[in-house]
Amino acid sequence: MTERAYIGTRKGLFELARGHEAWKLDAHHFLGDPVSMVLSDRRDGTLYAALCLGHFGTKLHRRDPGSKAWTEVAVPAFPPKPDGSEDKVEWTVRQIWSLAAGGPDQPGVLWAGTLPGGLFRSNDRGDSWQLVEPLWNMPERMEWMGGGYDVPGIHSICVDPRDSNSVLVGVSSGGAWLTEDGGNSWQPRAKGMRANYMPPELAESQNVQDPHRIVRCPAEPDKLWCQHHGGIWRSVDNAATWTEVKPDHGISNFGFATAVHPKNGEMAWFVPAEADQRRVPVHGAFAVSRTTDGGHSFAAYRGGLPHEDCYDLVYRHGLAVSDCGNLLVMGSTTGGCWVSEDGGGQWQLVSAHMPPIYSVVFAAAQ
Amino acid sequence: MAQLIFTQQLARFLPVPQVTCAEDNLRAALDYAFADNPRLRGYILDDQGHLRENVAIFIDGKRPRCSRRLDDPLAPHSQVYVLQALSGG
Repeated sequence: MTERAYIGTRKGLFELARGHEAWKLDAHHFLGDPVSMVLSDRRDGTLYAALCLGHFGTKLHRRDPGSKAWTEVAVPAFPPKPDGSEDKVEWTVRQIWSLAAGGPDQPGVLWAGTLPGGLFRSNDRGDSWQLVEPLWNMPERMEWMGGGYDVPGIHSICVDPRDSNSVLVGVSSGGAWLTEDGGNSWQPRAKGMRANYMPPELAESQNVQDPHRIVRCPAEPDKLWCQHHGGIWRSVDNAATWTEVKPDHGISNFGFATAVHPKNGEMAWFVPAEADQRRVPVHGAFAVSRTTDGGHSFAAYRGGLPHEDCYDLVYRHGLAVSDCGNLLVMGSTTGGCWVSEDGGGQWQLVSAHMPPIYSVVFAAAQ
Repeated sequence: MAQLIFTQQLARFLPVPQVTCAEDNLRAALDYAFADNPRLRGYILDDQGHLRENVAIFIDGKRPRCSRRLDDPLAPHSQVYVLQALSGG
């Protein structure tokens, strides 16, 4: 079992370490600077931290396994915007919103999703980046809308463990898109999702969907889960179709984060908030919901979590499960951080006083 | 020679140069500074080569006319301050 996690926050990157009896805050890095995304590369143990400096822009730092030193590497950047372009989006990376490692047969390959909604690929561990132009240049991209931010963004990158050239991305708000040829061509993959916030005639349009987060089960790659703006959807056919699942027992279907068990695609976790218009825990009581049967039933777990007067919200990348499937870490926008060692049944508070938490990941197993 | 003075706030991230140059406009002077400090460019300018939204420049006490073109003329003894804007904290 891994014994370390990384927490990207509004004011730095923090390490969590498992002590004899409890998880505790450990070393910190980039203290004071916003760390929008963290990637622990399971292929080689490299750690990546994306910074979003308030004045000086987006930066990316890399720490090699066994090293204590960080190296600033290249950052994704858009090419010059063509003269006369009618694109209303500024072609400037505001933030790295997602990072993913390529497949094990593609050492050095990284994917980065940005705000605005660009997908970038590196073949050399971040030393250089190339915009995936076929996705950026799709006419449909011009229809994407902001979701969570003023501009559209790519927050989920799901590489297929069976085929490294097959990559699914989730866009707020622009649906889900799949490439099966390494990024040269893209197909919409949001069929079945429904956007009730849109006019009725557009509600089922794939290109307007707002999947808050999409995750793929590594051992059952056809099984995906999506916490959508309008509820929870799952797919069992590699996103060819999506089916809405509705939590029972009065559990809210609104939220941002989801995680799927690495070996069992029927098991997934969510962190429900009351509703779109009131993004706080239901009745101020924090809970994590879990399904173990593909969404036929859900249970809410509150052990170790605040039962009243709690207003923590877990954002898209604020929930992660380890490779073993029993260990979870969760961080909120108001700086609460919890760990569970029993698959989400019981939670241990690590800190209630961290900066706003953007991203949590477990360290690659050593 | 014009003088470019970059905020020491940058010292947390990279070496902060002191630059004097003979360039006669702001864009050329910045390019001169970046030539020896390529990483500095991305801290001051965005992907499109425009001044970052939360970076401020003063040329002899005045802001540039256009944060995109950055084509203001420099006098032989201009002092150019490149600072963090208070808006971006």
